[in-house]
Formats: sequence, C-alpha cells, structure tokens
Amino acid sequence: MSHSEVTTESRAVRVLLITAAGGVVTLFLLLPLMAVFIEALRKGWEVFFEALRDEAALSAVKLTLTAAAISVPMNTLFGVAAAWAVTKFRFKGRALLISLIDLPFAVSPVIAGLVWVLLFGSQGWFGEWLEKYDLKIIFALPGIVIATAFVTFPFVARELIPLMESQGSDQEEAAVTLGAGGWKIFWRVTVPNIKWGLLYGILLCNARAMGEFGAVSVVSGHIRGETNTLPLHVEVLYNEYQFSAAFACATLLALLALVTLGIKSAIEHFTGHVANGH
Amino acid sequence: MSKRRVIPGFGLSLGFTVIYLSLLILIPLAALFLKAAGVGWRGWLELLTNERVLAAAKLTFGASACAAALSTVTGLLVTWVLVRYRFPGRRLMDAMIDLPFALPTAVAGITLTAIYAPNGWIGAYLDRIGIKAAYSPLGIFLALTFIGFPFVVRTMQPVLEDFTRDTEEAAATLGAGRWTTFRRVVLPALMPALITGFTLAFARAIGEYGSVIFISGNLPYKTEILPLLIVSKLEEFNVPAAAVIASGMLIISFALLFCINLLQRWLNWQPR
Repeated sequence: MSHSEVTTESRAVRVLLITAAGGVVTLFLLLPLMAVFIEALRKGWEVFFEALRDEAALSAVKLTLTAAAISVPMNTLFGVAAAWAVTKFRFKGRALLISLIDLPFAVSPVIAGLVWVLLFGSQGWFGEWLEKYDLKIIFALPGIVIATAFVTFPFVARELIPLMESQGSDQEEAAVTLGAGGWKIFWRVTVPNIKWGLLYGILLCNARAMGEFGAVSVVSGHIRGETNTLPLHVEVLYNEYQFSAAFACATLLALLALVTLGIKSAIEHFTGHVANGH
Repeated sequence: MSKRRVIPGFGLSLGFTVIYLSLLILIPLAALFLKAAGVGWRGWLELLTNERVLAAAKLTFGASACAAALSTVTGLLVTWVLVRYRFPGRRLMDAMIDLPFALPTAVAGITLTAIYAPNGWIGAYLDRIGIKAAYSPLGIFLALTFIGFPFVVRTMQPVLEDFTRDTEEAAATLGAGRWTTFRRVVLPALMPALITGFTLAFARAIGEYGSVIFISGNLPYKTEILPLLIVSKLEEFNVPAAAVIASGMLIISFALLFCINLLQRWLNWQPR
C-alpha cells in the first residue's frame, strides 16, 4: 500500500496528466487521421469512388505496388544478410558497418533522390552512356525503385540486429555440432526465432516504400499515368485544386498506415515483445 | 581470434552486405560529394553565403530545433502517462504514437494544411485571433512537430519502463516530494534518452520534405526550406548548386549525429 503511494502521484495530478496527454495525442495525431477521411468524403461517396476509379489513379496504384514489390524484397534480403553478419560474427569494422547501415536515416529524402540524378540523369556521370544505349533510369521505373530502396534501406536490418543480438548464437552453434548445414540452420533455427521481428521490419519497410514522397518526386518526373506513384498522384490532384479527389486517394495511403499499425499492435500483443519504432 | 568461427555464412553474408551497401548508399553519396567538390572553394563560398540559401538554412534549422523541443516536452508527458498509469484507451494511445512513422508524408502534409489553413478546422479559429498558421513558419513548425513526436516517445519508453522505483522510494523516505523526486532523480536518469530522442527528431526534421511543402507556402526568403531549395535548383537544371546545398546539409547532419554520439558516451560514463 505505502509502496505504491510514495512513488505515484495524487489522483488529481494523475487525472490531469492523463487528460493533457490525451489532448496532445488527439490534437496532434487523431485529428489529422480523421481529417483525411472527412475531407475525402466532403463531396459525397460518388466523387470519392470516381477519384479512385480514375485511370491515372489506377496506374499510380499499380506503379506504387510494383516499386514496393521490387524494393522491399531487396532490402529484406539485405537486412537478413546484414543482421546475420554483424550478430553471428565479431570482426574488424563491425561497429562502423552498423553505423553505416543507419546512415540513410540521416539523409533527406530529397537528397536520396538527387544522388541518382547525379549518377544517371542526362547531366550525370552515366548520362551519356545510358542515352547511347537508349536506357532510361531517371524519370522511369528503375529510378523510382532505387530511390525507394535508398530511403527504406535500414528498416529490416534495424529490427533484426537488436533482436538477433539479444537471442545469441547458442542454438545455431548447437545445430552445427549436430551436423546441420548453413541454409538448414538458417531456415529451421534462425527464421522461426526471428519471424515476428522480420515480419514487423518488412511491414515498416513496405509502409515507407509505398508512401515515399520526397525521393521519388525528385526522380519520377511526374509523368501522369506513367511515372506518378500514389503519393505523387495525391500531390498532383492537390495542386490542381481537386481537394476531394486528392484526399480520396490519400485515404488508401492512410488505410495502409492503419493496417500497418494494427498488425504491429497485434504482433506486440501476441509476443509481448516491444518493437522498436523507426 | 580465440574462438574459431563455427557458424557458417560469414563470407557470403558480409560480402553481400558490403556490396549492397556500397552500390546503393556509399557510392551514390560519394558521387554527390565529388560533384559538389567540383564546384571549387569559391563556388561553395558564393552559394553558402547566398541570401536565399542562408534564409532557407536559418528557417530549416530553427524550425527543426523548435519542433524537436516541443516534441521532446510533449513526448515526455505522453511517455510518462503511457508507462506509469493504467487507464481506458491506453493501448489505443500507445498504438497511435507510431502514426507519423506509418502515414505517408504527403498525406500528412495535405491533411495538416486542411486543418491549419485559414479556412481549416483549427486554422479558422486561429485566423480570427490574427494567427496565421498555414503558409507561415508556424505551419512548418507544426508539421515538423508531428513528424518528430514518435522518435521521442519510442526512445524514452523502454528507458522509463526499465527505471526501477527503488530510487524514487529512497527519495521519498528522505522527504522529497514527487515533483522534487521527478526533477532531481527521474529526469537526470532520463536525460540520455531525452537527448537521443531530441536529436533523432531534429535530424529527421532537417531533411523533411513531404509534410512541409504543402503547409509552408514555399515563398523564397520567407517559407522556403532547404530540401525545397534543392528541388528548385534541380528544376532550374542547376545541378552543381543542388549538389553543394545537399552536401552542406549532409555534413551538418552527420556532424550533429556524431556529436550526439560523443555526448551520449560521455553521459553514460558519468558515475551515477
């Protein structure tokens, strides 16, 4: 009784703090989320569905899905390899490698797009060469994929490294002594242990990949029906003052965010593990 | 090398990691710095003392620092409530914290504009008392606060959860009130996490683009942020200028994170 009394606040203070925190979350987070849906339906369901059935919107959805379908598996493969290398082995330069993996977090999305323009744009290092062979990277799908991959680079690795570090390598070492090969150990021992963290990492990577705006906007060229991803399509509609249509397309992205958060909560609930954010 | 490597796959996993990291991140960034270096000393000096660039830099770093500060204060409040109290809706509040991570920045941008524009949900009331929220530095500040908020909460949460109440009990037996205990005992222990959270929010805010450009109005010298200036230079086909501004931003961001790393180490070394 006295134990809890001295280390907690009076009821009045508690209620006050909870109310204040609730106010912050409502004003800063809940209100914007509600606003997306209310603004989208401001002119009724018909306008809403019209905007989603539009051909440019459909091609934007398709491009967004395609870009994510390529860049997310690439970064997942990297994340697993990187986590395996830095958690199962100790080597020179390991600490440096771990900090380098985080590097893209400190790079502005705009710069993540700019670097590719410098390499593959018409004035870029490989610009002339690409033109000679009629290859297009900037203002085309490959540019969108690599810009997305740059921005979402650390997500899977970031989830897996602390998880695999805390689990240690005892089980894998035991499997080795029992004569199991590398791939067998990976699929039978490691993957079952890391599956939730891996799933969460892929989920975050995917949410960011589908929602990426700055990097993609630099390399895409905004060609309607061709190189506009869904976030870019939202921007185009918004700048054309088609607010309801812009918000209608934005609801798809907001739903993606809600599903991501929902699955994350579910994973935490089932595993009791607190996933570590960004 | 006391222990032989028993687990297989060292060469394969490290090789793939290093090659992928180099191709996707390191070589492109090196190309950026090379391009910027090609401009030469005088070009750098001229660009970085350009009034429009300076105005954008001041706005970007100023608004980011203020936003990270507000995120830190509100983040501390929300983290405290989430970790220490049990109340209905707590799980929902906890899940909502990550919304800015998951919501695409362009969506955040147009939504915040709809809320804070002069005819918007909150903007209309602010407009009546003479405060212009959207299309002003205040709007940029609000967008960056939204973006930075979860970094602070998610950095502090595990630290506060691990913080045992023994020290707080000891403080209470010595006659300290709750406020004194919080200020003198809890807050110093949370300091490293607070600083990390602040820095992560600050670093993210400096580079933020999508959520800002809709609400800022994008007026040169007034509401133009550095990432937008890079995009404008690119649209004018002035690639070298874009590369110089980008390199300058990156150098400052990397230096900032490096300093915070040192500060962290120093704080952790302090005998408790």
